[in-house]
Amino acid sequence: MNENLFKDKQDRLLSIYYTAGYPTLDSTINIAEELEKSGADFLEIGFPYSDPVADGPVIQNSSEIALKNGMNLTLLFEQLKELRSRVTIPVFLMGYCNPVLQYGVENFCKSCAEVGVNGVIIPDLPMYEYEDLYQETFLQYGISNIFLVTPQTSTDRIHKIDKLSNSFIYLLSSNATTGKNLEVGESSTAYFQRLKDMNLNNPLVIGFGISNSKTFRQATDYAKGAIIGTAFVKLLAEEDYLSKIKSFIADIKS
Amino acid sequence: MSKYQVNEKGYYGPFGGAYIPEMLYPNVEELQQRYLDIIHEESFQQEFHSLLKDYVGRPSPLYYAKRFSEKYGAHIFLKREDLNHTGAHKINNTIGQILLAERLGKKRIIAETGAGQHGVATATVCALKGLECVVYMGEIDIQRQAPNVARMKMMGATVVAAQSGSKTLKDATNEALRDWINNPVDTHYIIGSVVGPHPYPDLVARFQSIISEETKKQLLEKTGNSKPDYVLACVGGGSNAAGMFYHFLDDEDVKLIAVEAAGHGVDSGESAATTALGKDGVLHGSRSILMQTADGQVIEPYSISAGLDYPGIGPQHAWLFKSGRGQYVSITDDEAMQAGLRLTKLEGIIPAIESSHALAYLEKMTFKGDENVVICLSGRGDKDLDNYMKYFGF
Repeated sequence: MNENLFKDKQDRLLSIYYTAGYPTLDSTINIAEELEKSGADFLEIGFPYSDPVADGPVIQNSSEIALKNGMNLTLLFEQLKELRSRVTIPVFLMGYCNPVLQYGVENFCKSCAEVGVNGVIIPDLPMYEYEDLYQETFLQYGISNIFLVTPQTSTDRIHKIDKLSNSFIYLLSSNATTGKNLEVGESSTAYFQRLKDMNLNNPLVIGFGISNSKTFRQATDYAKGAIIGTAFVKLLAEEDYLSKIKSFIADIKS
Repeated sequence: MSKYQVNEKGYYGPFGGAYIPEMLYPNVEELQQRYLDIIHEESFQQEFHSLLKDYVGRPSPLYYAKRFSEKYGAHIFLKREDLNHTGAHKINNTIGQILLAERLGKKRIIAETGAGQHGVATATVCALKGLECVVYMGEIDIQRQAPNVARMKMMGATVVAAQSGSKTLKDATNEALRDWINNPVDTHYIIGSVVGPHPYPDLVARFQSIISEETKKQLLEKTGNSKPDYVLACVGGGSNAAGMFYHFLDDEDVKLIAVEAAGHGVDSGESAATTALGKDGVLHGSRSILMQTADGQVIEPYSISAGLDYPGIGPQHAWLFKSGRGQYVSITDDEAMQAGLRLTKLEGIIPAIESSHALAYLEKMTFKGDENVVICLSGRGDKDLDNYMKYFGF
């Protein structure tokens, strides 16, 4: 079960986010495989949406190109049939509400389960709607729903999120869209420490603004892991990106 | 509680809600918790109505269009929102929201704009109140609507070009939401239509409801009956229509007609007729009806009117459509342009192309002769002169 996904793993876990269908339509699984080989501990694969309000320009651009390449949820699940024969680390899907609603929430959970996806991150899915309408379905298919927490999220709400979670909690380094640089100052360390001290049931993973070994280290002083998105998506724009993944991961973990 | 108004959870039937990332949750929750208390405060109401009267120039006239009435064989009244300060109904909402923002202690205002009318109305109230103003506008719209960009800049606003996607209103809205995510504490986002997460659709409709509130009184004075047979308004996101319908929603004998932009024709592939082409979905924070692909990607709409080319409609409109309370129809570019010219020639009023869509639907209606019809003339055509000139070759 997903509760134990991170239990036996060491600390300072590194997760990488990238967009399905970017840079090319069929690059998704190859990148996943290379990331696992290079030492990534888990993955977030974004499914593209035309209006991604929580994303900065780099990830939005990757979504636009992925859509132009022809990526959609049906095709992604088709491609992910190969996932578990080639990748063993936990994999989460990340994207927005509307494509999931059109695919059908139950159908979506079922497809996730069939291909071996562990959970999903849907930033604009309201907590009340998950609780009222979808939680049962998610649990039935063994799919974790990952909630976000920001510096502005109240303590009560964090406890509620912890209760509804069964995998990890996605801690945003700051209230921002993706791609801003993390500046670990007094306010963010106080915020990370506050969360750490809450001794929540679910492990914390920090995302947004992590781009190098320094920020990775700072974030994982307080959390079980950290997520890198924008910096990795930038790498994918380079030629021979597959061959550069190993050193990218090594640099972060150094 | 009217079955057509928002419920305590922020829904109109199955539509509405607040589909927002956690980063916006505190801002939206603060608004949800406080907007009704604030706008019901006596000092708020006093200031709001005083500004509407002396600054905006309300009540706007309800004009009996004699020659139009003769032409169509009905009593046709125009609710003259075009005579408002800044030239459209948009100012009703921005006056209300700037007072709300002040009372929330916000120091910075952001807004999105398509044609520029809402941007101008927002820049205006920011100048009035001395608040910083940033308006997001699609890069293509900036080129198409240069006079409105100049107006905003004169009033001290910063106009930021939205470079993403199709570089029009939808993308300007995305950019404004991103700005709000990145500036959660000191910034209020003045949304210009009855769209966005709860409570925006209700908030904006309440501020625009002045249109139907006045209409009822004025109609009673002029005809002895506050209820017309038909009420017509154009719909992009749908704020003028929401205001025009508001006080008639429970008068089930008043027929509500919402006119969408069919562009080059509903089936031409270049259209903004959301109810004809769309289906249920989530965009910009609420569940509504949305033009989208089977895969859930938002389709870029088209209309000659920059104020109507939005791929969705407000959740209340989705509910009025779905429940059958409102009749949702569409008018092509050509039909709208001809209607605009018709009003100009018969009544000496140059309407905004948005409003011309509502006027054009008269051509498709048949009347018994003594029926009263109110049309919301949501804005004036000055901003559209270039379009009118190009279209008719003046």
